[in-house]
Amino acid sequence: MEILVILVPLALMLGGAGLVAFLWSLKSGQYDDLDGAAWRAIADDEPPQEAPAKR
Amino acid sequence: MQVTRDFSHYVRTAGEGVQHIDLAVEGVHCAGCMAKIERGLSAIPDVTLARVNLTDRRVALEWKAGTLDPGKFIDRLEELGYKAYPFETESAEVAEVAESRFLLRCLGVAAFATMNVMMLSIPVWSGNVSDMLPEQRDFFHWLSALIALPAAAYAGQPFFRSAWRALSAKTTNMDVPISIGVILALGMSVVETFHHAEHAYFDAAIMLLTFLLVGRFLDQNMRRRTRAVAGNLAALKAETAAKFVGPDEISQVPVATINPGDIVLLRPGERCAVDGTVIEGRSEIDQSLITGETLYVTAEQGTPVYAGSMNISGTLRVRVSAASEATLLADITRLLDNALAARSRYMRLADRASRLYAPVVHATAFITILGWVIAGASWHDAIVTGVAVLIITCPCALGLAIPTVQTIASGAMFKSGVLLNSGDAIERLAEADHVIFDKTGTLTLPDLEVMNAADIPAAIFELAGRLALSSHHPVAAAVAQAAGARSPVVGATEEAGQGVRATVDGVELRLGRPSFCGAEALIGNAFIDPEASIVAFSKGSEKFVLSVRQGLRPDAQAVIVALKARNIGIEILSGDREPAVKAAARALGIPEWRAGVTPADKIARIEELKQRGAKVLMVGDGMNDAPSLAAAHVSMSPISAAHLSQATADLVFLGRPLAPVVAAIDASRKALHLMRQNLWLAIGYNVLAVPVAISGVVTPLIAAAAMSGSSILVMLNSLRARGKSREIA
Repeated sequence: MEILVILVPLALMLGGAGLVAFLWSLKSGQYDDLDGAAWRAIADDEPPQEAPAKR
Repeated sequence: MQVTRDFSHYVRTAGEGVQHIDLAVEGVHCAGCMAKIERGLSAIPDVTLARVNLTDRRVALEWKAGTLDPGKFIDRLEELGYKAYPFETESAEVAEVAESRFLLRCLGVAAFATMNVMMLSIPVWSGNVSDMLPEQRDFFHWLSALIALPAAAYAGQPFFRSAWRALSAKTTNMDVPISIGVILALGMSVVETFHHAEHAYFDAAIMLLTFLLVGRFLDQNMRRRTRAVAGNLAALKAETAAKFVGPDEISQVPVATINPGDIVLLRPGERCAVDGTVIEGRSEIDQSLITGETLYVTAEQGTPVYAGSMNISGTLRVRVSAASEATLLADITRLLDNALAARSRYMRLADRASRLYAPVVHATAFITILGWVIAGASWHDAIVTGVAVLIITCPCALGLAIPTVQTIASGAMFKSGVLLNSGDAIERLAEADHVIFDKTGTLTLPDLEVMNAADIPAAIFELAGRLALSSHHPVAAAVAQAAGARSPVVGATEEAGQGVRATVDGVELRLGRPSFCGAEALIGNAFIDPEASIVAFSKGSEKFVLSVRQGLRPDAQAVIVALKARNIGIEILSGDREPAVKAAARALGIPEWRAGVTPADKIARIEELKQRGAKVLMVGDGMNDAPSLAAAHVSMSPISAAHLSQATADLVFLGRPLAPVVAAIDASRKALHLMRQNLWLAIGYNVLAVPVAISGVVTPLIAAAAMSGSSILVMLNSLRARGKSREIA
């Protein structure tokens, strides 16, 4: 059962890291535009300025 | 005279040498629009940020200070095909957004704590039936306490504050039993852990907070979204005024920047955005939004004009008496104050339920303790059982029963074009059994329509429409719109107060007053609609008469039929003249109507109906309706309504059709039904669980299972409020 000495703090640290990540994402405004974020993920990249040469 | 646009009011400084503006944009629907706008605006040199928020339909722009004029962004968006307006966040919206974020933070903390405490609780539950050492169990309990206590102190704030507010005001609400339950559960668990006991309820307490916060957050988020849409609509109305900044120089400025004493120019076809007095000029003005009267009023030097009046014929100079927030006809203000003061504080279903619930539960817990002591148990065991009763009855499902339904119902209403102004509007609307409609702007559309377009040859009508484009007169604008005219007639000249004329292929065209076109003879034998404005059109010697008026909303008749089918009483109370009201009532098949009604009369009628026990829904838009909107059981306004009425109404509906009125009634009735059902489900669960708790065999495992089971059941039932609804763009 000595393993608990490692596992319990480890579990708490992982949970705490999750919480910190959540609070950070909230603070940096990542939940402000959920609809837009969904579309941005699949939007095309900016088209190149010049049309690529045809091969 | 030179006109400039002034947006400096909306521009704020965002950091070193960078300026920021928010624009509300019409017609942004998809990722395509988003990319198009962002690329189009980023292409302007010196723009450092252009980001679309698709949820709120807004664009945030930043650029190097002093290099660009914000008007340029609006022009650029116009080229891309979007109408944009500068946007100023209202303080109400800021508060909603902050509250929403706070709840989400609380929810994050509570969810984190629940997961970790659960992780520690499950080994204890399984260890209790196998071979766990008491020392290990105590260690796990202490760890749980370490996580749960600070988390509950933080995440419980919304409930503790609300409960404290209620108790200080010597009432109770749903948050009082919740707070008592959570605090007792945590307190007892700490004491139990101290005494190396087998059971601790940290998991139940923190899980309860998590479930309740989910409900709170959803509710708040819906409210925030509604507020954002309302804010955009206000910006899209683009209330500006032409203010004199020099003797001959005019600047188009937002209403918020106008001060009493300023002088503004009111051109024909413009809606007045301020209250003031005419100091120069002469014109006819349409005050139907203020009084409900559709006949035009003559305005000349000294005439007071109110925000919302439409200027018809001449140009006026107006001295502003009080800017934006408007001081009104003293009579209406007084009536409104009285009505608001008398507005019975409606007690919400949830609070009524908790007022019955809390004493019963607390008495049961108390009796349980006494019962066990009398039966010979130790005080310690009796108190533990009593607290277990409180934990198991803690109104988890009860706390979710109403907010979840409310969230889903307001979402459904939102989709059918109805915005909620007040939280308890759904419950009150569901009870409405008598509807009073205002006529002007509510049953009829606020804009003018040509009524006899079908009687006129299409080619002639089109020509009239093209000629009308050269006039600023609102009636002419209606003709132009009805004819779908695009290109104005070349060389048309307007004669103020008379009409427009032009010569095409040697034939003279005239549009305007019948006398201007020599068409008085036609008026004599045509049927004259009392409400219509008559315009004549002549092409050489051919003469035609057009009748222009506010038309009924396209689906008004269907809505009246639908309301009758739901056994709801209907009547019209209008400030307009009798013939106009009578015609509308007849067209819609409404037997009960009153014309020429003053705001005081409207209130008197509502009081009379109240005496008879009717629950009145008032639907109105004019400033003269504002007091009766406040006096009625529940009230609704179209989005085109006067500011004051919109602020007073419980619900606001968008668009041209009247159908949202019926949709809102249906949605709210269904929602109330589900709220009641949910309350019964919650009570049913308690009836089953309480005897188990009283008998003292409840373990933390049973408490956790019962709590999540009942919460999920209630949430699933709430989802049934999602009806099929129509999307309004």
